[in-house]
Amino acid sequence: MEKRQEIGIAGTVAGLALVAGGAAFGAMLSRRHKGGSDDAPLFTRRKPGTDNPILGRTVTIRKGRSELYEFWRDFENLPRFMENVDEIRKDGDARIWVIKAPAGQTVEVRTEVVSDVENQTIAWRSVEGSDIETNGEVTFADAPGDRGTRVSLVMFYDPPAGSLGRVIAKAFQREPEVQARHDLKRFKMLMETGEIATSAHRKDNTRKAKQQENEQ
Amino acid sequence: MRALAWHGTHDVRVDTVPDPEIINPRDAILKITSTAICGSDLHLYDGVIPGVQPGDVLGHEFMGEVVETGSDSTLEKGQRVVVPFTISCGGCFHCKIQQYSACENSNPAEKQDMSASLYGHPMAALFGYSHLTGGYSGGQAEYVRVPFSDVGPIVIPDHLEDEKVLFLSDILPTGWMGAENAEIQPDDTVAVWGCGPVGLFAIQSAIVMGASKVIAIDHYPNRLNLAKQLGAETIDFRKTDVREALMEMSGGIGVDAVIDAVGMEAHGFAVDNMLDIAKQKIGMGADRASVLKQAILAVRPGGRVSIPGVYGGMTDKFPLGALMEKGLQVRSGQTHVQRYTKDLLEKIEDGTLDTTFLISHRLPLEDAARGYKCFHDEQDSWTKVVLKPDMSAGEKAT
Repeated sequence: MEKRQEIGIAGTVAGLALVAGGAAFGAMLSRRHKGGSDDAPLFTRRKPGTDNPILGRTVTIRKGRSELYEFWRDFENLPRFMENVDEIRKDGDARIWVIKAPAGQTVEVRTEVVSDVENQTIAWRSVEGSDIETNGEVTFADAPGDRGTRVSLVMFYDPPAGSLGRVIAKAFQREPEVQARHDLKRFKMLMETGEIATSAHRKDNTRKAKQQENEQ
Repeated sequence: MRALAWHGTHDVRVDTVPDPEIINPRDAILKITSTAICGSDLHLYDGVIPGVQPGDVLGHEFMGEVVETGSDSTLEKGQRVVVPFTISCGGCFHCKIQQYSACENSNPAEKQDMSASLYGHPMAALFGYSHLTGGYSGGQAEYVRVPFSDVGPIVIPDHLEDEKVLFLSDILPTGWMGAENAEIQPDDTVAVWGCGPVGLFAIQSAIVMGASKVIAIDHYPNRLNLAKQLGAETIDFRKTDVREALMEMSGGIGVDAVIDAVGMEAHGFAVDNMLDIAKQKIGMGADRASVLKQAILAVRPGGRVSIPGVYGGMTDKFPLGALMEKGLQVRSGQTHVQRYTKDLLEKIEDGTLDTTFLISHRLPLEDAARGYKCFHDEQDSWTKVVLKPDMSAGEKAT
């Protein structure tokens, strides 16, 4: 069961590679096929010198698969724990992700769901006309005993070239790995406790309040 | 409101800061009735715990009256509660197996990375104990915001006065868990390093658990005397070779279990301890582990090592060979307070445990800075300080 799960992630990553066709990606794939491969998820491989556009992270959440899957599938929920996503709204079959950018600006990414297997996996990718090329997939697998569900998020992004691209890259996720890690932890908090922990002393001291203040 | 804030090493002040507010649904706001200065606050005072920022409100041992509740709090206004210093969500894997001090959800996501890079895993949140543990404001204040107020706080019956129950928030369960981690058996001889509040409660707990002999080690006469009154035998480490004495007092076998209730700022004349003091002072993150090293050498083969004392960084010259060759068991950890509060409250009510004997001073909150200084500098006579926000500054402190 577990093995199948990991192959699933690797398979998706390979799929993303075909879509992206990036050089770093090819290098990673060839490394994978050079032997010495193990059962660890691809995104835990020691990184080559260049920026690695894949990021991934797994958390265990003490809730059932279907509850977590349902919550995520309703994309409008994601901004509740994804810090740099202001809003995700429906536009026909597509969804528009409104992502924070510096100086109060936003970047819009138009995505479509490319795979949706009930209680197992949801994958999405950007479509033409987006500011950023991106793919993402979340998978849900039973954890042993009553530990709940293992939730893995794998993402790939490729900002456009040039100075605009750099600004957008920065905007999209200043530190993508850190951001994804924090987002998943906030997802876990929300699902397990019904709220997102903050050590703020007053409402205007929360991160959210401070961010909104900075944007004005 | 008035609150005790950290400003730097050996610099704490009572400042005026904004009142806390309810932010999350499970929050509650308490009006503090009693709060203590804990021995582990002195590690913050000495500047040896990283991640404290000027203006941080300290204090993790407190109780008070509920004055405001969030929509999902189970507390009610007017209730008197004691609050565990460990903040626990009650819903994660660790909380469900009663490892409350390893709660996965109480430390805000963006603050978890600091301790995760130090320890491999993020720490749970604690009140008033640096941004490694979440950066929550502490309870040495007039008011405090208590997150997850449906999990941690224990409601106190009216007939029990504050001083009987205040220490349920930290030092009493910490001493109890220190003894429990030593796996005390009825015929055991147990040695406890440090007769500060946690050491004294560990001694009391070990005796309640049925140890046949408890040996207390310290160098302050008054603290050794308090240990003696609890029923312990004592060793003054300034006058006696501790390991030799412990061998003799345990009939040549070695003590069955050792409890290090001192932690990272141990005194001690050993050369490496002096080096560690120097390294600690220049911020190299070295813990002074002379007590732990001594305890590992003194415990009998197959014995148990319990570490309730606070450590934060690294130590060198660790007696790894003794640990392995003697086949020792080591248990440690921040206290899983919520696991113990109900049982310990019963033991206070039926008189099995007394918590008031070690309180030496009661001060108004306004005098907190003096309380820190004296608790730090005059450890023999200032054995435990309780701060009372309601007590007026003019009132005679006892």
